[in-house]
Amino acid sequence: MSEVKFSKEHEWIKLEGDVATIGITKHATEMLGDIVFAELPEKGSNVEKDGTAGVVESTKAASDVYTPVSGEVVDTNQSIVDDPAKINEDPEGDAWFFKLKIKDTSELDTLMNKEEYDKFAKETSS
Amino acid sequence: MEIKKTSLNKLHQSNNAKFVEFAGYEMPIQYSKGIIEEHKFTRSNSGIFDVSHMGQLFIYGDESLTEELEKIFPLDLKNLKQNCSKYSFLMNEDAGIYDDLIITKIEEGYLIILNAACKDKDFEILSNLLGSKFKMNLENNRSLIAIQGPKSVEILNSILNGVDQLSFMTGNWFDSDNQKLFVTRSGYTGEDGFEISISNDKAEKFVENLIEKGAQLIGLGARDTLRLEAGLCLYGHELDINKTPVEANLRWAISKSRLSNGGFIGSKKIMNQMQDGASQIRVGIKPEGRLIAREKTKIFDDTDKQIGEITSGTFGPSVNGPIAMGYVDKEFSKVDTKILLEVRGKKHPANVCALPFYKKNYVKGVN
Repeated sequence: MSEVKFSKEHEWIKLEGDVATIGITKHATEMLGDIVFAELPEKGSNVEKDGTAGVVESTKAASDVYTPVSGEVVDTNQSIVDDPAKINEDPEGDAWFFKLKIKDTSELDTLMNKEEYDKFAKETSS
Repeated sequence: MEIKKTSLNKLHQSNNAKFVEFAGYEMPIQYSKGIIEEHKFTRSNSGIFDVSHMGQLFIYGDESLTEELEKIFPLDLKNLKQNCSKYSFLMNEDAGIYDDLIITKIEEGYLIILNAACKDKDFEILSNLLGSKFKMNLENNRSLIAIQGPKSVEILNSILNGVDQLSFMTGNWFDSDNQKLFVTRSGYTGEDGFEISISNDKAEKFVENLIEKGAQLIGLGARDTLRLEAGLCLYGHELDINKTPVEANLRWAISKSRLSNGGFIGSKKIMNQMQDGASQIRVGIKPEGRLIAREKTKIFDDTDKQIGEITSGTFGPSVNGPIAMGYVDKEFSKVDTKILLEVRGKKHPANVCALPFYKKNYVKGVN
C-alpha cells in the first residue's frame, strides 16, 4: 500500500496497484461545515487531472471536487450520496468519493505528503 | 472602512465562533457545533443570536409623528396600541422596498428595527421625509439580542420576571441590573422568542447569564436556515428595491384600512397590484431529491421557457431536505406546480409548495 498524498484543492489520494481512491480531507470538511449534498462522477467516465469530478454542498455553499490525477472512474461511493453527513464523520476513511484507474503514476509526484499538506492547510486557513 | 464589532465580539471569540463580514460587521456565522446542530438546538431548546448589527431607530414624538409616519408606512398606526409591533416596509413611490422592518409604538414615540445593511440609508430617507420636526436616534449604544426556541420563555423569565406575560408582537420595558431593557416577543426563526435591546456595557454579562441558564449562542448560518424554513424573507434576497410587498406575497402586512384611501408612499402601485395581481410572485419551492438550488438558480417550465429565479435556497435541517424560495410568473405560483431548476447546467424537477416549510410555534397574541 502506498503513502496517502494530498492536493492543494484539499483532496486525498491513495494508490493500490493502478487504482487510486480519492476523497476530500478532514481539513476541507472542517472548512465546509455540515455537508448536505454530494455529487459524484459517472462510472466509466474519464476525468482529467485538476478537472472537476464532483460537487459537495454544505449548509453554506457549493464547492467543486477536483481530481488530483487523470484516469477512468471505476467505482463511486453511493453511500455518501445517500447520506452526505458521513463525509463529515469519516472523510479520510469510509467516506471516499471515487476510484480511478490511473493513467500516469508520475502525476502523483506533484502532490504533497501528509506533513507538507498539514503545513499547507495551516498556512492557507489562517 | 474598518470592520465594526458588536459588544459581544469577545464572547463570540471565546465560544470559538467562525466569523464572516456581514454588512460591515464581524459576525459569527457558526460556533464549534456547526449550523445543523445549532439549528436543531434552537428548535428544541433555546438559541441566543447577536443581532446588534441591526439598526435600532428611536423616533420621538406624539400624534403628529403618527400622522407623518402614516404618510410613509402602509400601517394603521393611529389604532396601534402602545407597546404593539407591526412588520412593515420602507418603500419608494413605485412600492419598491428599501427595507423591511419592525415598528413598535412606545410611550415616547416609535422604535423601528432596521436591517444592518440598510440602516444608514433608511435613516437618511426617513430624516428627509420627516424633516427636523422629530428627534431621531439611530442607537449606537445599545445591543440587540434575540433568544429563540421553546425554552426561551422560561430562561428569559427567570432573569426578567414578567416577559412571559408578553403576547406575540408586543413589547415592554423591563428593569435589570439598574438599567432599562426593551423586550419584544418576536423573532426570525418560526419559534417563540424575544428580542432584547440592552446597553452595550451590560450585553455580555446578560448573555453569559442566559448561557448559564441553558441557552446557547447560535450563528448567522443557522439564523438563515431557521428563517428560510419559517418562510421568512431576507432583505437583499427575497426583497429589494425592484420588488413590491404584493409581489413578495406580503399583502397581509399592509393594513386593510389603508387600502381604500392610500396616502402612503407607494400606495398607488400597491393598490393597483392588489387589484390586478402582480406578474411575478414569491413562492416556496421544494427540489425533488437532495439537490440544493441556491440563490440565482434559474427556474424553467417544461417547454424550456424561463419563468423565474431562486432568491434563497439551502438544506433545511428540521425539514431534512432541500428548501428554497423564489419568484415565478403568476401562472406558475399555485401550490404543487411542477417546475425545473437549472443547477450546474442540468434541469432538475421541483415543486411549488406552501410556506412555511416548518410550522410556526408562536405564542398566540393580540394581533
